[in-house]
Amino acid sequence: MKSETPSESSSHVAAPQDERIQRIPFWKKALSRPELGALAGTVLVLAFFIVAASGTGMFTPAGIVNFLEVAAQLGIIATAAALLMIGGEFDLSIGSMIGLAGILIAIPAVEYGWPLWAAILLAFACAGLVGWINGNLVNKTGLPSFIVTLGFLFILRGMAIGVSRLLTGRTQIGGIHDHLPGDWFASLFSGEVATGLFAWMASQGWIATNFADNPVVTGIPISIVWWLALTALATWVLLCTPYGNWIFASGGDANAARNSGVPVHRVKISLFMFTAFSATIFACLQVMDTGSADTIRGLLKELEAIIAVVIGGALLTGGYGSAIGAALGALIFGLVQMGIFYTGVNTDWFQVFLGVMLLVAVLFNNFMRKKALEAK
Amino acid sequence: MSERTPMIEMRNVSKHFGSVIALNDISMQVYAGEVMCLLGDNGAGKSTLIKTLSGVHRPTHGELLLDDRPTRFKSPAYALDAGIATVFQDLAMIPLMSITRNFFMGREPTVGWGPMKRIDWKHADRVAKEEMAKIGIDVRDPGQPVGTLSGGERQCVAIARAVYFGAKVLILDEPTSALGVKQASVVLRYIAKARANGLAVIFITHNVHHAFPVADAFTLLSRGGSLGTFRKEDITREEVLNMMAGGAELESLDAELAEFQRSDGEHKRAAAGDEVAPSASSTQAARG
Repeated sequence: MKSETPSESSSHVAAPQDERIQRIPFWKKALSRPELGALAGTVLVLAFFIVAASGTGMFTPAGIVNFLEVAAQLGIIATAAALLMIGGEFDLSIGSMIGLAGILIAIPAVEYGWPLWAAILLAFACAGLVGWINGNLVNKTGLPSFIVTLGFLFILRGMAIGVSRLLTGRTQIGGIHDHLPGDWFASLFSGEVATGLFAWMASQGWIATNFADNPVVTGIPISIVWWLALTALATWVLLCTPYGNWIFASGGDANAARNSGVPVHRVKISLFMFTAFSATIFACLQVMDTGSADTIRGLLKELEAIIAVVIGGALLTGGYGSAIGAALGALIFGLVQMGIFYTGVNTDWFQVFLGVMLLVAVLFNNFMRKKALEAK
Repeated sequence: MSERTPMIEMRNVSKHFGSVIALNDISMQVYAGEVMCLLGDNGAGKSTLIKTLSGVHRPTHGELLLDDRPTRFKSPAYALDAGIATVFQDLAMIPLMSITRNFFMGREPTVGWGPMKRIDWKHADRVAKEEMAKIGIDVRDPGQPVGTLSGGERQCVAIARAVYFGAKVLILDEPTSALGVKQASVVLRYIAKARANGLAVIFITHNVHHAFPVADAFTLLSRGGSLGTFRKEDITREEVLNMMAGGAELESLDAELAEFQRSDGEHKRAAAGDEVAPSASSTQAARG
């Protein structure tokens, strides 16, 4: 995209084509993109399940929405985790933040009669604070973010359980659906979009309908919209904005970035805040969907997010990666999880596959990075 | 000469790291359109000095004057804004990022406004290519990672970046030390050009042969202190070299070299005496 325009325009205007330059074929350019491995992996996994799960309903509209929903939930936090990893840091507290955010939404709304929008804003405010503390601790102490956020993994989980028991005596809070109607802010996190389109497609006979002539799939779950929107936003930020350049620079070499005038500390704090916000978005979607909050929600999600990001081509050491890659990583995750369910393979094997995918992805990424730094 | 105000001046600057005195009472003036060569052996305090000038360190004592105004930089970003650009030895380049991204790191050109504000990639790519072409390096694709460039090319990206962003004071930390002859001359020519454009250049080097052609003045550092500043017309290449290495050390080096030559000669004479034997054995070895 961007790299094509200048060389072409300059060759039109003035200088004769440099004889040392071969036309770089499109596929060679694509090879230097971080998300290539994830794209190949997605195609592979998709092809596998199209064959293996044929006739099981995995690729009916309902089945597609199923695995896309799994991918979307993970993809939302993976996008933020990707930006943070490109910025050179980890956040292991994402999963615990999901649990805490759910509690922070449910308790004020259910126990104290707050409107849902206020409870959601409270959760976002707390998430911002957590991200800010994480970022500042990493900046000020110079400790690896792995350790700092590992601490917060336990602190936040413990706080979720502690606060919930203290105020309600329980660790599960239900009945949120009663508060949902009429709250426009909460409705951003619930329901489906394009329901009219799906009804129309059903009336045209393009998609399956149930006994009452309603479509089986009534719309696109809002989590998928959030996922795509966040991925698009993150990609825009990374590729097109100065802030995106600062993220790459901070993760590539924080010292060099600082010497060039990049506000590395501010970049990192904002990225930690973004991961905490993404965990809160995840929690909102889940709480509105299930109508309940549970202190144990989001367990191990931080590791799943990291897996998705690494499969998506990001370097664990920072400075390289992509949001589209993370989205593809999440898609692979969803495909495999639901694919194993549909094909009837014992779901115990899901984790084995996940681990193998992670290792293959890391090896592939290392290979690609070496390629990228060889003279083209 | 004395009525001119220096572009940048250090007055009695000291820098302590705990109990270590890295810089001790350094004074130095650099004028616009001049190259000040900073010479000194390892550990002489060159790096600390430039880090103090570029805002990485704050001086413990003494003051920094920019255009005759006392200045105190909170961070390198402030020094950059004041027009002091430093090309560090590590170049502040990120190998996995493209040339354009590195070139504009921290100062990206944007188009649009509000949420649509974005990097003007077309402009950025063109400028990066042009600026590199100006110093004789033909970048094939400004989107290629900096890691694919050679050391000299990276050095030139770093310098071109500093100059492009309107540096008034250009600090170069050993820009020629890792370069081949031809690329070093490219960098030296570039320094001369920067001086002609009215920049004040501070050029740190080990290599007197690189320093001498472009320098207007020399400041010699040794063990954190200054041995003094000398105008080029007041000093010869040999004197600089002597002061830099310490005359005594050079004399002992001469003696050692003479000793090598002597023993070398003895070996040659010994080898000439029994020339037949080794050649015979070597032909046998070749057959076997």
